[in-house]
This record gives sequence, structure tokens and C-alpha cells, in this order.
Amino acid sequence: MTTHYLVLSALLFAIGGIGVLVRRNAIVVFMCVELMLNACNLAFVTFARQHGNLDGQLIAFFVMVVAAAEVVIGLAIIVMIFRTRRSASVDDANLLKY
Amino acid sequence: MQSPAEIDLHSGGVIGLSWLMIALPLLGAAVLMLGGRRTDRWGHLLGVLMSLGAFAVAAASFVELLGMSPAERRREVGLYEFIPGMADLGLLIDPLSISFALLITGVGSLIHIYSIGYMSHDHDRRRFFSYLNLFVAAMLLLVLSDNYLGLFVGWEGVGLASYLLIGFWQFKPSAATAAQKAFIVNRVGDFGLLIGIFTIWTTFGSLGFREIFSQDPGTASSGTMTAIGLLLLVGACGKSAQLPLQSWLLDAMEGPTPVSALIHAATMVTAGVYLVVRSGFFFEASATAQLVVTIVGVATLLAGAIIGCAKDDIKKGLAGSTMSQIGYMMLGAGLGPAGYAFAIGHLITHGFFKANMFLGAGSVMHAMNDEVDMRRYGGLFSVMKITAVTFVIGYLAIIGFPLLSGYFTKDGIIETAMHHNQILGWLAVAGAGLTGFYMSRMVFMTFFGKKRWADDAHPHESPAVMTWPLIILAIGSIGLGAFLVLGNRFMTFLAPAVGLPQELPEFHFVSTPGLATLALVAVGAAFAWFRYGAAEVPVLAPRGSFLTAFARRDLYGDALNEALLMRPGQWLTRIAVFFDNRGVDGLVNGLAAGIGGTSGRLRRVQTGYVRSYALSILFGAAAVVGALLYVGNM
Repeated sequence: MTTHYLVLSALLFAIGGIGVLVRRNAIVVFMCVELMLNACNLAFVTFARQHGNLDGQLIAFFVMVVAAAEVVIGLAIIVMIFRTRRSASVDDANLLKY
Repeated sequence: MQSPAEIDLHSGGVIGLSWLMIALPLLGAAVLMLGGRRTDRWGHLLGVLMSLGAFAVAAASFVELLGMSPAERRREVGLYEFIPGMADLGLLIDPLSISFALLITGVGSLIHIYSIGYMSHDHDRRRFFSYLNLFVAAMLLLVLSDNYLGLFVGWEGVGLASYLLIGFWQFKPSAATAAQKAFIVNRVGDFGLLIGIFTIWTTFGSLGFREIFSQDPGTASSGTMTAIGLLLLVGACGKSAQLPLQSWLLDAMEGPTPVSALIHAATMVTAGVYLVVRSGFFFEASATAQLVVTIVGVATLLAGAIIGCAKDDIKKGLAGSTMSQIGYMMLGAGLGPAGYAFAIGHLITHGFFKANMFLGAGSVMHAMNDEVDMRRYGGLFSVMKITAVTFVIGYLAIIGFPLLSGYFTKDGIIETAMHHNQILGWLAVAGAGLTGFYMSRMVFMTFFGKKRWADDAHPHESPAVMTWPLIILAIGSIGLGAFLVLGNRFMTFLAPAVGLPQELPEFHFVSTPGLATLALVAVGAAFAWFRYGAAEVPVLAPRGSFLTAFARRDLYGDALNEALLMRPGQWLTRIAVFFDNRGVDGLVNGLAAGIGGTSGRLRRVQTGYVRSYALSILFGAAAVVGALLYVGNM
């Protein structure tokens, strides 16, 4: 019964993961990360339903809170990078290396 | 070795103050060293004063000791308990140690006075006197200490003073090298002495003379006693320049002449003889050790005499002679109680006449612009009468001219040796003949014959401050031997310290060995007269036979040391350096280079591309999940 939800969740997670790996634009990468997080949320809620307890739903709220906080910080960083480097490509921000 | 327990051996009176003997010169050395240039003006006077003060204490102690009955003449002065019952620091005033103390402070004071004149042109005279005082203090500690530990401290102290004084003119490379050589060769001897002291400690459980010598010699096995004796002998050989550790003494003549007189003739080099006599307890228990001592003595007395025959440098000639005379003392010391008194007696008379001759040589050098080559001397008798007369008195004393000091003491050693072993005795007689030759040669080349002076030489008699010590030493060279030996005066005086032989020897003015010695000396002196007195002495040394070359090169002692010890030692260090560089360092450096190289490559993983990091996280997560699934399905 819940298999469809889980399949959807897995699909969304895969799309998000592939997006993170292949896209260069930081905003898009960021959105893909959100997509992965929400895929996880879907899986949590599904399992909560399946097992009939509220733990998964609770975790989903936590994830949302963390995601919101992450968006605030992450977008601020991206804006700052864009202002200094005139580019939002993650491949251009590669100064921290060997 | 008698130490009656019922007699209170601890002493008050002047003897209770005998530590002043060591403290005074030590204080002088400290003031002069710490005071620096501020003490330049009066430093030499302080040095002399401290030495004279030590002499006064020694003389007063001697008088007090004479006032006691012979059985009481072993006074101990406790100073400090270092390890209670085993190694207390204390002084032992007995006939043996007080004889040495009188010689050291007496001759030492004369040489201090002489040095005022000799070193007057040296702007470092104060430093010289501080070292001299240091030497006197250390030497007194050596002979006065009542245990082997204190003796060893003094032993090292005189080694240090000797090093400092040989290298006093350290701006001369030869002097600096000679000082190091003396120090290093002495290390070999000190090593033996140290091991010997360790063995004594483990065998007898104490280092104090009284505690050890009151035990039964039978408690230790004869092998142990022989080992202790031989180890102490190694120490004695190093300090007293006996074969095979003789090589440093000739080079030690690089030091100022008063140093050669005080340290390398009269006192320090005789410390080995003192050690052997003081440790008679061990040697008397081991015939082997005694035999080795006598063999070393005879070998050295011949070697020193042969070296003395070929040297043109007046100080090196005297140094060879010193070696030879200490050989006689060593021979005497190896003969047991019968020889001790003669060995110490010869040591004391030798201290006088050899210091006399060294100071005389210094006076000659002073007059001849520090020229030491006897081939540039000649005819000096007329210009420096006091030096010449005192030198000739010392010369007559050393060759054993009848009724002078050396005649009695050396003859005593030869006769005792003859009594003990014919071969040793006749070799000692032969050595006396050589002595007659090389000393005569020295006197003829220096004071008689034609003048062979350098063009700028204007010899003159030395100032009174230098000639008076010569005169006093010359008086000692004349009369001391007869005073000590006739009637066995010295032997009975020493008895409380070293014991008596079964039968007291009688001094024969006419005996086979005595007459043979005199005859050989006369032949040697006559030969010297024909070669160096009557005949012209070439200013440049002729090449000479292979025998002359042999003697000039110090019997190839240095070459032997070089081939046998120095070269293999250098190889060994080279191997060690190679192993250190390639082996130890190679391992450490290789490890460091390996880690560095690996991390340098591993670092390339950190590309700075976020997406590649994300990919590795993905792979990692996949791996973790795969592993979990695998484990879960098991």
C-alpha cells in the first residue's frame, strides 16, 4: 500500500542526488538538496503511517526546521559568493584545496 | 701496617689544622682566578705566600709528628663523612704523607719564588700562579688523603693542573697539543686506577686506608690481589710516565720551565711511586704484581736513559732523565718494604736535584732568549757562575758522585734490587752508566767547550729571586741523601707507614754493585767528555747511527701508539660515522621521506570541487548501506 510512496520518495531522492552531482549553479544544487531532504521527509511520513506511530512524523518536522535554517545560511553564503566572484557556479568556488 | 686500636689516632694540635695545607693554596688559586686582572699586581706574591703558608703548616705538623712515639705517628684528621663507614673524607698524617707534603710545599715554594723572576715578562703571570697554587692544593690532597676516593680526586686535580700548565702558552699549537696529549694518555692510566679502586671497594667494602689495611690480605684471593695491583700500576704508569704510557712526558716540556721542574720532575710524576708504596698491602700479597712493577721500572729507567742520550733539547734531555729516575723509584717500590724507603728517599732527593737542574735549565734559557738547543750553548760557565755551579752539583748528585744525595739513594735501590734479582740489579747498574753519559753530555754541551751561541745571544746571570732557589736546592742535593740513608734514618722514620723489612740493610761504601756503578758512570762521563767536551760539537745535529735516530724518536713510542691505537681508532670512528650516517640516519630519513611522499600524493584528493566531494560521499553512503545490507542478510 505504501510502496508507491516509497518509490516516489526514492525517485525524488535520486533526482535530487543527480542534480547535486551534475548541476553547476549553486542555487540549483541547493534546490536539489532540498528535494533530497523532502524525499526523506516523505519516506519518514510513509513509514510512520505504515507502523502506526508518530516518530517518523516528528522527525519530518525536525528535518523541516533544519532545512529552513540551512536555507537561511546557505542562501546568504551563495549571495556573498556571487557578490565577490560574480558567479554562482560551485566549480568556480574551488579555492579551498591542497 | 700497624694501627693499634687502643691509641687515639685522632688528633688536635697543629696536625688537627693540617687541612690548612690544602685550603691555603686552594684559596690562593680561587682568589687569583676569580679576582682576574685586578689581582695582577700582587697575585704572584699571594701565590708564594699561600705556598709558604702550606709549607709552614707542613713543617709544624712534621715537628709535632716527630715529638710522638713511632707507634703514634699515624694521625687521622676527619673532615667530612661522605658515605659513613666506607668513604669518609679525611686526612692521614703519617711519615709517608708528611714526607711528601714537605717535598711538595718546600720545593713547591722555592719554585713559586723562582717563577716570580722567570715569568716576570709574561703578562699572564697571575694566571700562572693560580694554576701553580691549584696544583699544590691538589697534590697535597692526593698524598694526605686517608682514602682512595680523596686520593683519586687529588689525582685528577693534579692532572687538570698539569694540563692547564703544559698548555699555559696555548697560543703555541705545539703546547696545546702537548697538553691534550698529556691529558689523554693520563686518562688511560686513570681508567686503570678507577677500575682498581672499584675492585678494592667490592673486595674490601671500604676505601679508607685504615679499614682496608687492617684486614687480613688472605681474605681476598691472590688473583684479586694481583688484579688490584696491576690496575693500580696502570694508574701509576700513566701519572709517572712509565712504559707503556710514557709518551706524554717529553711533550709536556712545552710548558714553562718552572712547571717542568715542579710538576714534571719533582712532584706530580712521582705520584705513581707514592701510589705503589701506599698500596704496598696489595703488592706485598702478590709476587706477580711486584715483579711487573720492577720490570716496568727497569724497562723505563733504561728507555728514559737511552732517550736522554740523544736529545739536543736541554729540557727533553732532562725529561728523559726524569723518566729514567722514576723508573729507579718504581723498581724500588716493587721490591717490598726493603725498597720503599730507598724509593721514597730517591724520590725526595731527586725532587731536589732534578728541580735544581730544571730551574738551572730555565735560568740558562732565560739568559739565552729561550733557546733550548744545547748545540747553541757552550761555554756558559764563565757568564753564569751560580747557575752553572748549582747545575753541576745537581749533575753530580744524579750520576751518583760519591757522598752526594743521589749516590746514597740510587745505590740503595740498586743494591736492594741486586739482592732481590741479579738481572734487575745489573740492568739498573747499566742504567746508571747511561745516566753518567747523558748527564755529562748535557753539562759539557751547556757550560763547557766552545761558545756556539746565536748571534743575538747575550747571556747574563739570572736575578737573585731565581738564583737563591737554585742555591737552596743545590744544598739539598748535596746533603739530603746522606742524611736520609745513613743509619737507616729514613727507613725507621717511614716504618709506621710502610713497615720494615726483616733485616735492616747496612749501607756499604764499598760493594760490588756500588763499585761497578761508579766505574760505569766514570766510563760514561769520560766517553761524554771525548765526544762533547774535548771534541768540537757541531751546531747542526749529525745524522747519527740508527741507534741515535731510535733514541731521538723517543724509541718510536709515538709511532707505536699511532700505528697501534690512533689509526685503528680513526678507522673505528670512520666506521661508526658511516654506520650513523647511512644506517641510523638512513632509516630515520627514509621513513620521513616515505611518509612525506605518500602524503604529498594523497593530498591531491582534495581538489576543491564540491561536487567531487559529493560524489565521494555518495559512494561512501552506498558502501555503508551495502555493508549494512550484507551484514543484515547474514
